[in-house]
Amino acid sequence: MPFTIPEINLVPLLPALIPAVTAMLIMLADALLPGKSKRWLAAVALLGLAVSAYFTFTLYGTDQSAFNNSIVANNFSIGICLVVIAGAFITVLLSIDFLNARNLDFGEYLALLLGAVSGMTLMALANDLIVIFLGLELLSLPLYVLSAFWRTNDLSLEAGMKYFLLGAFSSAFFLYGIALVYGATGTTNLELIRSAVDGTSNMLFVAGIGLLLVGFGFKVGLVPFQWWIPDVYEGAPTPITGFMSVATKAAAFAAFFRVFMIAVPLTAFDWQTIMALLAVVTMTVGNIAALVQTNIKRMLAYSAIANAGYILVALVVNNAEGLSAALFYLAAYTVMNLAAFGAVIALGQGDRERLTMSELSGAAQQKPWAAAALAIALLSLAGFPPFAGFVAKFFVFGAAVNAGYVWLAVIGVLNSLVAVYYYLGPIVRMYMQPPAEGWQQTPARTPALLAFAVVVVVLLTIGFGLFPSELSQFAQAAVK
Amino acid sequence: MLTVTHYTILSAILFAIGALTFLIRRNPLIMFMGIELMLNAVNLAFVAFARFLNNMEGQVFVFIVLTVAAAEVAVGLALVVAIFRARDNVDVDEIDALKG
Repeated sequence: MPFTIPEINLVPLLPALIPAVTAMLIMLADALLPGKSKRWLAAVALLGLAVSAYFTFTLYGTDQSAFNNSIVANNFSIGICLVVIAGAFITVLLSIDFLNARNLDFGEYLALLLGAVSGMTLMALANDLIVIFLGLELLSLPLYVLSAFWRTNDLSLEAGMKYFLLGAFSSAFFLYGIALVYGATGTTNLELIRSAVDGTSNMLFVAGIGLLLVGFGFKVGLVPFQWWIPDVYEGAPTPITGFMSVATKAAAFAAFFRVFMIAVPLTAFDWQTIMALLAVVTMTVGNIAALVQTNIKRMLAYSAIANAGYILVALVVNNAEGLSAALFYLAAYTVMNLAAFGAVIALGQGDRERLTMSELSGAAQQKPWAAAALAIALLSLAGFPPFAGFVAKFFVFGAAVNAGYVWLAVIGVLNSLVAVYYYLGPIVRMYMQPPAEGWQQTPARTPALLAFAVVVVVLLTIGFGLFPSELSQFAQAAVK
Repeated sequence: MLTVTHYTILSAILFAIGALTFLIRRNPLIMFMGIELMLNAVNLAFVAFARFLNNMEGQVFVFIVLTVAAAEVAVGLALVVAIFRARDNVDVDEIDALKG
């Protein structure tokens, strides 16, 4: 059997390699440094992320591929990599004081976080089912540990355990899907799968794609595979919840879009109707369940499910306009959701957090800036102009209307109206009610790095909303 | 004569047994064994397809799957130990503080 060694070109893999190398350096330094100086590891992590963002940006427009076409650094994947890296950068800034207040270890935390970034970028770059699976595992394994990272907290341990068991279960489905697709087509490369299927339907292929859909549905949180999300998001440490909700979603959606748009011809498997139904069910269930939540992290978890439904609308559209709308939506969702979670961290004090609606009461009197940040993030998530969320929804639903899915856009807009109710709840509590019991004392100042990170994401949330054309031009150029 | 269909059906049966183990049993270690069985069903399918298609890739994937499964075991057992230390009990029905 002839076997040709593929050419080794590591350049397109840089967005995944640099975070991985930084993670290893941090682990090494963690073993060598004395206890007090470990917080400087955060500076190493930030530097590594900045360097990888720089090299990722230089790849923009070069459209390279490597490893026998199993890695493709086209502009869409570069855009997703930049979203993931930027999300991780903000997450590190949000984490520093969170870890200090709870006396948690810096080295392991940052190494795991960067490992997850490496998996996410690998998943975004992948053009082969096996590489997608490797990226998926490389992002999931560190996140299982990070969810359980606050080891003395029962909720955090429980979140890690639930995430791990259900995540491993869904990975097995995903992998079985890969095996069946491989059996039906003889390859795992996305483009070769398309040419091998060649429009003919085949039981094995359809079953394999169905199992892949289960795996992706689990990772991005589509109904009916969403049950783990509220528990894990509530229990995990707050910066990790924020990171998971934005970066995992961006990476998993990138692979999800690529697999279905490249590898699965509509003639072999009419997935557009299935996706449209999944999108409707996901956004409706997410929004309705969010209405009755009393814990803000849990509410944001259901909001994440609803947002997965909105992004799925862009996949139903199945054209370049939908893809660029999805990229814009993921970027906007990253800044506004990190703003929400950052503000929740900033509203806390020491190792306590204001999570329930009653604890949020009167927060605006004590922490006016953090409360304002949370209010802006929630208004943006609700889709109020002039914030990023409004423009993002406008692009996604606009793409749906242009492609003839008017009914889907109408359901999406109606869903956004329902969502306004629960997004406004915490704002009303913070601004119009007296301070909660146990929270009356004068709060400590918000740590500088945390405040800086929150200000950056809030400004981006407003900036994307006021000046969307720069980002949308980037998003449109990315899918040409 | 055994054909690829037999192997595919066997792997589907193994996969279903693994999935049912996961869904029915309440001890995380046993649930995890179910997941391992599912992954091995995948390996069997990969090897059978590779032999049938006369294509080495499928056999290489098995090694990748084995490596990932080993990494998953390491993380999973560490989590079970952490939970056991915290509460002396790992029954998943009693790990239920998060709900709503």
